[in-house]
Amino acid sequence: MQQPVLTVENLETHFFSRAGVVKAVDRVSFSVQPGEVMGLVGESGSGKSITGYSIIGLVSEPGRIVGGSIKFKGEELRGLPESRIRSIRGNRIAMIFQDPMMTLNPVLRIDTQMIETIHAHQNVSAGRAREMARDALGRVGIPSPDERLLAYPHQFSGGMRQRVAIAIALLNKPDLIICDEPTTALDVTIQEQILCEMQTLCRETGTALIWITHDLSVVAGLADSICVMYAGKIVENGSISDVLDRPRHPYTVGLIGSIPSRNTRGQPLAQIPGSTPSLLNLGAGCAFRTRCERASGECEKDPVLTKRNGRSVRCFHPVAES
Amino acid sequence: MNRQNLPNPAVTPILRLEKVSKKFEKSLDVAAKVANLFGAGIRQEIVHAVDEVSLDVYPGEVVGLVGESGCGKSTLGRMAVGLHGLNSGARFWKGEDLDKMDTKQKHATRLAIQMIFQDPYASLNPRLRVSDIVGEAPVVHRLVGRAQKKEYVESKLELVGLDPLMIDRFPHQFSGGQRARVGIARALAVNPEFLVCDEAVAALDVSIQAQVLNLFVSLRNRLNLTYLFISHDLAVVRHLSDRVVIMYLGRVLESAASDQIFSRANHPYTQALLASAPELTTKKKVFVGVRGEIPSPLNPPSGCHFHPRCIHAMERCKTERPPLLEVAPAHFSACHLNEDAASSRMSRLVQIAPANDLRKKARTGAAS
Repeated sequence: MQQPVLTVENLETHFFSRAGVVKAVDRVSFSVQPGEVMGLVGESGSGKSITGYSIIGLVSEPGRIVGGSIKFKGEELRGLPESRIRSIRGNRIAMIFQDPMMTLNPVLRIDTQMIETIHAHQNVSAGRAREMARDALGRVGIPSPDERLLAYPHQFSGGMRQRVAIAIALLNKPDLIICDEPTTALDVTIQEQILCEMQTLCRETGTALIWITHDLSVVAGLADSICVMYAGKIVENGSISDVLDRPRHPYTVGLIGSIPSRNTRGQPLAQIPGSTPSLLNLGAGCAFRTRCERASGECEKDPVLTKRNGRSVRCFHPVAES
Repeated sequence: MNRQNLPNPAVTPILRLEKVSKKFEKSLDVAAKVANLFGAGIRQEIVHAVDEVSLDVYPGEVVGLVGESGCGKSTLGRMAVGLHGLNSGARFWKGEDLDKMDTKQKHATRLAIQMIFQDPYASLNPRLRVSDIVGEAPVVHRLVGRAQKKEYVESKLELVGLDPLMIDRFPHQFSGGQRARVGIARALAVNPEFLVCDEAVAALDVSIQAQVLNLFVSLRNRLNLTYLFISHDLAVVRHLSDRVVIMYLGRVLESAASDQIFSRANHPYTQALLASAPELTTKKKVFVGVRGEIPSPLNPPSGCHFHPRCIHAMERCKTERPPLLEVAPAHFSACHLNEDAASSRMSRLVQIAPANDLRKKARTGAAS
């Protein structure tokens, strides 16, 4: 087996707020192979974005990574000096955010920002850097890239801005791109275009992707494997067809049942009762037990992520494998 | 839910919009006016948000209004409620012209049409308690006496699945899903017959969205409501609607019964939209995507607005606006390909080979 690009083990990121400790990421483990697309799915507050930020070292006060390890190609990222992290971030690991304006500086032209990114990590001439920037824009499907290099971010539409953000992420041919809801703010037809670009680009370059989203249907079409998060923990992971076609954790079952589809017309959706618990001072035991119909006295204890047949479930009473 | 009930022309629509248009104009500022004196020729910017749209909604029906951003679906919804005036056209409530009613009638109609807004945070006044948010309107309109307000609000909260004990809370004390329910309770407080839901579930998490969708369905059955459900989410619309109307840049491109739209879409844009919508059941899909971007409504393309992105576009599409034609019973579509009934293109469009055909075309198009 190949060496994974990224191995995360027992990652714990806590936020120390005045009201108490919020365990946003609680002993999360997964690994990503080269060229693999992994979907990281959860509802708001499940800790999926913070997991992404933790990997790339962007968690800021009052948040702190308090435990676990993040290995990128065998190198431990936790505890590395800032200078070393900077040489990896944006170079070997890139990130694409939901709002492209978070990546782009509104007062600088696109060419300035792209060339800056290249020069931060590669020793090339200004002319060569400009060529690389132009090629990157062309690759993500921006028409007349030479002229567009001279434009400011506000002169682009939302979809085009996201393409620019993707082009910047691709500049240094990273091994891993973390995508935090990159298509959520876009219209359906534009989303399809972006997904199309990402898919071909990753296949060509062998870049691995972590696709963070709340939208199971996007992940279904894009990802090879999936991790479902709930209240800071991974509750189920496995290959995309295993998890979506034969979900075992009651939360995954409920989540899939909540999505309206071709077959649910006119019928009530299978809803999960209640709402997501606050992560503040979350007690021991399965966090989903108050909303779960399979819960029993045993669920007061912490279930562990048990691996069987290449997939893992964190539940005492998983749905039987059929 | 009873479906397949095609609109019966003998029944008066509960709401009829007849060729309604809405323009938004940005008037020139002083600097631009001065510049124009020197011959700069700066022109006023006009957005045709809604361009001669006709829409009938029949009693008891759920009409889904679908489109991408900037297509005018929200503006149309607001015109239906009366939050926007009309630049041209007319609107009828149960056969009577809304803009020619006397004040008393108008008041009654306004109560009968209510709106549920997208943002459960911005649409509730943060300084009011739930008892006032929900209870204010019915008291003002003398539907209940001030003394019965508490009881009345409690009954409405129960109706939408909230604990009546929450009556004295402020909006910030609720979660997103509960706020959405408060918004629904407020709309229901004046006993409306017709609800316009503008992206009412878009801001909610999937599991909460399912709860609210179920609530919409059960309320419809219990209170005999009619909905105009505005959304960009095709899955949600398919789940809820009897009839679907597709808009693009201020115009209706297609409208038909829900089953009809999702199984045999006629308009190339609808086909592209359906092909783009991600689905849970398709694993490892090859994404293709329609070419081009959504044009700015400030300066829409001539003729058929969709022609720059359409794979079937012809010369004629650039100049002539296609009329909305009935291509099958109660199935309307605005595409020039439908006009020559004898031509082979027509049969191809109507019988449809939606996603696959489109994919193949796009792929060969990209390769050439």
